[in-house]
Amino acid sequence: MGLFILRRLGVMILTALCLTFVVFWLTNLTPNLEKLAKTQGNFRMSDEAVTSYLTNRGYKQSLPQKYGQWLGVLPGYVIEGSDGETRGRCVAFEQPIEEAPRFCGILQNEWGFSTVFKEDVSTIIAKRLALTGKLMFWVMMVMVPGALIIGVLAGMREGSGTDRSLSTVSIISTATPEYVSGVVFIAAFATPLFGMQYFKGTATAAMDDANFINFFLPVITIALYGMGYIARMTRASMTEVMTAQYIRTARLKGVNFRTIVLRHALRNALIAPFTVIMLQFPWLLNGVVIVETLFNYKGFGWTLFQAASNNDIELLLAVSVVSVFVVLVTQLISDIGYVFLNPRIRIS
Amino acid sequence: MTDTTYDGPILEIDKLSISFFTRLREIPAVMDFSATIRPGEALGLVGESGCGKSTVALGVMQDLGVNGRIVGGSIKFKGEEMNTMSRERLRDIRGSQIAMIYQEPMASLNPAMKIGKQLAEVPMIHEGLSESDALARALEVVTDVKLPDPARILKSYPHQLSGGQQQRIVIAMALMSKPSLLILDEPTTALDVTVEAAVVELVKDLGKKYGTSMLFISHNLGLVLETCDRICVMYSGEAVERGSIEDVFDEMQHPYTQALFRSIPLPGANKNARPLIAIPGNFPLPHERPTGCNFGPRCDYFEDGLCNENLPIEMYPVHGNDRHQTRCLRFQEIDWNAPIDVGAQTAKPEPGRVVLKMDNLKKYYEVAANALFGGGDKKVVKANETLSFEAREGETLAIVGESGCGKSTFAKVLMGLETATDGQILLDNKAIQDIPIEERDTKTIADVQMVFQNPFDTLNPSMTVGRQIIRALEIFQVGNSDAERRERMLELLDLVKLPRAFADRMPRQLSGGQKQRVGIARAFAGDARIVVADEPVSALDVSVQAAVTDLLMEIQREHKTTLLFISHDLSIVRYLSDRVMVMYLGHVVELGSTDQVFAPPYHPYTEALLSAVPIADTSITKKHIVLEGDIPSAMNPPSGCPFQTRCGWKSQVANGLCEKEVPPVRILSEGHQVKCHLSDRDLADMEPVIQIAAE
Repeated sequence: MGLFILRRLGVMILTALCLTFVVFWLTNLTPNLEKLAKTQGNFRMSDEAVTSYLTNRGYKQSLPQKYGQWLGVLPGYVIEGSDGETRGRCVAFEQPIEEAPRFCGILQNEWGFSTVFKEDVSTIIAKRLALTGKLMFWVMMVMVPGALIIGVLAGMREGSGTDRSLSTVSIISTATPEYVSGVVFIAAFATPLFGMQYFKGTATAAMDDANFINFFLPVITIALYGMGYIARMTRASMTEVMTAQYIRTARLKGVNFRTIVLRHALRNALIAPFTVIMLQFPWLLNGVVIVETLFNYKGFGWTLFQAASNNDIELLLAVSVVSVFVVLVTQLISDIGYVFLNPRIRIS
Repeated sequence: MTDTTYDGPILEIDKLSISFFTRLREIPAVMDFSATIRPGEALGLVGESGCGKSTVALGVMQDLGVNGRIVGGSIKFKGEEMNTMSRERLRDIRGSQIAMIYQEPMASLNPAMKIGKQLAEVPMIHEGLSESDALARALEVVTDVKLPDPARILKSYPHQLSGGQQQRIVIAMALMSKPSLLILDEPTTALDVTVEAAVVELVKDLGKKYGTSMLFISHNLGLVLETCDRICVMYSGEAVERGSIEDVFDEMQHPYTQALFRSIPLPGANKNARPLIAIPGNFPLPHERPTGCNFGPRCDYFEDGLCNENLPIEMYPVHGNDRHQTRCLRFQEIDWNAPIDVGAQTAKPEPGRVVLKMDNLKKYYEVAANALFGGGDKKVVKANETLSFEAREGETLAIVGESGCGKSTFAKVLMGLETATDGQILLDNKAIQDIPIEERDTKTIADVQMVFQNPFDTLNPSMTVGRQIIRALEIFQVGNSDAERRERMLELLDLVKLPRAFADRMPRQLSGGQKQRVGIARAFAGDARIVVADEPVSALDVSVQAAVTDLLMEIQREHKTTLLFISHDLSIVRYLSDRVMVMYLGHVVELGSTDQVFAPPYHPYTEALLSAVPIADTSITKKHIVLEGDIPSAMNPPSGCPFQTRCGWKSQVANGLCEKEVPPVRILSEGHQVKCHLSDRDLADMEPVIQIAAE
């Protein structure tokens, strides 16, 4: 078990390295850097000014060098600029150069400085992640029980009216992406258009004080998408279990239908959807970007969007690392949880 | 819960008809079926697959699924009509008064629920016992079904038990509420013979102990003979004959029953002197039944204008016998005692030179102890231990043993799918044990071929039959052009007695027996000299088995093929093999000619095997040997003699030698060897297991 987790961690680190290198390379392409210089300096900069701006701030070093510095395995640059000012990567605000540490990468827990928000990346990430965590929590609270109930109800009597109607609902909900359902929900429930203005179209207020009115729409938008998918999986696994011989055994033991479903079928039917639910996490991150931007909920997804559109290199990198971490941790939990749910694997 | 006031028949089925409804048509699965089971009586329901015997059982349970419906007749349980029962009443009866035991024990136990809980559920539902009382009852019943360490078993999950143990749990579950009727649907088909024998004995004993009536469904006539009082033979949805065991076995009054008995290998049948008689033709599909008598087209006594009249044929009572009835219009005209029309007799061919020689072959596997997380200790599975024998041209060598004895591993090594750990395989004095199949030359591959157990899985479902055989011809580099190969393929179809038109058919259009013929044609495509037949007929129905076995024998005689016949079925082995090799846990425990192996002195394991095989002949008496426990795992074999944990003769050997040393190979007589510590005197004192009563 220990070895298994260790191996998983190794994979996780390797994936994070590869992914961040790709992001690093893309954000450090010359046009992106020029754009960065112009947004940070001014838009009417001459080409020479852009070059000196970038050289002075270490952006013109070679890619591996810069990546090494970001990681913290190479010493941070100290450059005496063409404007006479000496800048160092590791120099904090108004700190003399001599006192600055030599290394300042993520290994030293220095996540860098966001050029958009003018704030330390680590504080931004912590704050935004907490907000998204809140959103995700409620999404899960709505999505998982909802999906399982729909799936089990649909799957316990294959081909019945309940099955057909619930399956239709879940297919529709999976087939509608968040940017469609979100817009439809806002139009229907947050505008006076249909006289059903029950909810707020923006979730900005929910960042401090979430309540049903301002938080329901973003939560349901993300939840619906995943709900349909998980419900389909649960239904498939449930129908399969219901035709299994041990269900017939139970029926011919005289067990009533309710008990058959709850006691005999449920646990066996949940083994397959469990993995799916855990795999939904990375997908949820997708939806989070769209929905947070749509509802102006300033969480992790919104930050990712801002960082990407402004070429905020260090913030974007930090977001990537965190995403990789989230995805791989959920996979790990899924594998371990699977073992506990399925006694055949546990004791072999 | 037994109702003591009622003393009529437990179950009365009267003119029951069950149909399945598809979008296309109504498919009658059971027609005009009647049966009565009295208290304490055991009724055997026998027939080939698809004859509707399981449908009858499910009909009694009123559990036919969404498509099935009872379209006529009545089922009375203790005088109470079941067809009109409310769901609640049915639930009350199921599990408490009628219990069922199923074919596949693993599939019928809930994999995610502990055994104890599954057992305790029954009395909790039906008798309202508390959980602790119910568990106490479970413990009692598990002790009753003779499982070791019942307390531990109650706490384990189904997958932690062996197949035999699982079946005992299913039996225990059925007995939890002391039902008055027990339905057993092929309860031992998935089990090994020695385990089967033990389970059957258990069922019989418990039936007596609790006074339970039984409906025993099986395709195995021998098993029914051992367990039941009465028998009902079914064919294509109808009961064709029913009566007491003695009447039906000794004075059968229906041509199908007779044909069925003639197609199973009984002691006395012999491939040369008295070959089996296969039933001609195929089993009719439910929607393609002939008019008149269903068995008509395959019947030897068919009379045009009588048997194919479009009139329902009723069950006619046979006078002089107790409740003996037959569904045959001509049963009074047929001379049932006419001697069997013996088929073509053939001389026993002399075995030729040695083509295959195994010398101290060993095959060990290394397996990781913990499959999911890797690491852990490596364990060595000794699948084959010092295997030595010779096989001659034109000879049939049977390899007998139960699952896990290493017979399939041996086949894999011979075929080149695995390479040997140690020892030699000499094919025409050429060592091939280390050459995997990819590196073998075409000649060697074509020479050593295999016929597989399950014809349903070994044909490519999306390729025509002809194409699959031609493919084999291409691989074996037979023929120079496509036309030549096609011609050869048609000849091969002739060889296995399939119509040439079958070349363009898809495997799904073929019946099981026909598929197996295609498998045989494929194996002989490159004129194989050694054919390994791995249980070639065990997945087939009895009447088809005879035809396929005879075909194999015939081809063998013509081509002088060496046949290595792997089987667990001793009846068929006795029928067709020249020499027999008995394996247990990777060891060859006995090797000799068929006569030597089937007569004393035996190896104790051979003796138990012989006793375990049910024989469908009332004139035979068997010595009763039931082995305790299960076959040990090859991963953790017992010390000393592999068979010592279950051997009944162990006490005869002094000093616990059996536990300390693997016995040496002893030559008892010319060509007969045994691996056993027993003294010569003990071996000489052994009595024959099977005795045919003097007629």
